Amino acid sequence: MRVKVEIVRRPEIADPQGVTVVRALRELGFGEVAEARFNRTIVLDLHGTDPVSAQARVEEMCRRLLANPVIEDFEVQVLEP
Amino acid sequence: MTGPLTAPRVAVVVFPGTNCELDAAHALELAGAKPDIVWHRRAELDDFDSVVLPGGFAHGDYLRTGAIARFSPVMGPVGEMAAAGKPVLGICNGFQILCEAGLLPGAFIANSGLSFICRFVEVEVSSTASMLTHAAAAGQVLRLPLNSYEGNYVDPSLTGRVVLRYRDNPNGAQGGAAAIANEAGNVVGVMPHPERACEATLGSEDGMILLRSFLGAPRLEPTRSR
Repeated sequence: MRVKVEIVRRPEIADPQGVTVVRALRELGFGEVAEARFNRTIVLDLHGTDPVSAQARVEEMCRRLLANPVIEDFEVQVLEP
Repeated sequence: MTGPLTAPRVAVVVFPGTNCELDAAHALELAGAKPDIVWHRRAELDDFDSVVLPGGFAHGDYLRTGAIARFSPVMGPVGEMAAAGKPVLGICNGFQILCEAGLLPGAFIANSGLSFICRFVEVEVSSTASMLTHAAAAGQVLRLPLNSYEGNYVDPSLTGRVVLRYRDNPNGAQGGAAAIANEAGNVVGVMPHPERACEATLGSEDGMILLRSFLGAPRLEPTRSR
């Protein structure tokens, strides 16, 4: 079973990469760009077929390791079984 | 300072990817300690008075700096020493590990200028209430080498006590924090490298003030039960 994890830095925490990319895009003429934020995507392949259990287990993985609760939130999405 | 009668035994922990352990052990020895380099799989540190997590790239800095190192067996006894009021010091990557382990508040993100900073910086002693700074004078300015990409400290909880503050804040750290202590003052993280500023030939001896402070510090009362 495939599960997608999106690690998102909280909006109030700065994203220096995003700031730099916004500057570069504006120099290229894309003046409409207000903000850019870099998330981290992790795709996990799990043994098993129960999406409810997979959702709960991966959320636990996020709390224990994959996300830093001090500065990051996470979203877990079960893809195709 | 008056040295202890017996040299304090300091564990210098090596994770896969740590690369400052020899510098740290050398400087600690110069400062009067008896350092031992220990592997991160070690599950007890009973023989030691204090512990240092040196700099480098523990576990390749994969996922986040310090994120994997936090689960190494040695972090169990490191947490116990922290709770028991024994001196615990994280330098650079070691600081990042202490934050990930929850032994210090806050986290690290990329430097605000997105460049790897490798140069001497000036830091000011903003609090002497820590194992690292109690032997320094408040307001004293120290010259130390900074060597990091993710040295930009953030602390949404606003609970980290800044004990060293950058004079020019080269990486955007919140409150200009170059070193943070826990409430009891026995756990300290420092982003610049005091161990690389311990001999005149290295360009500064100011790091010695901090390392001697760390070694000579009396044990603080435990702040929480084990």
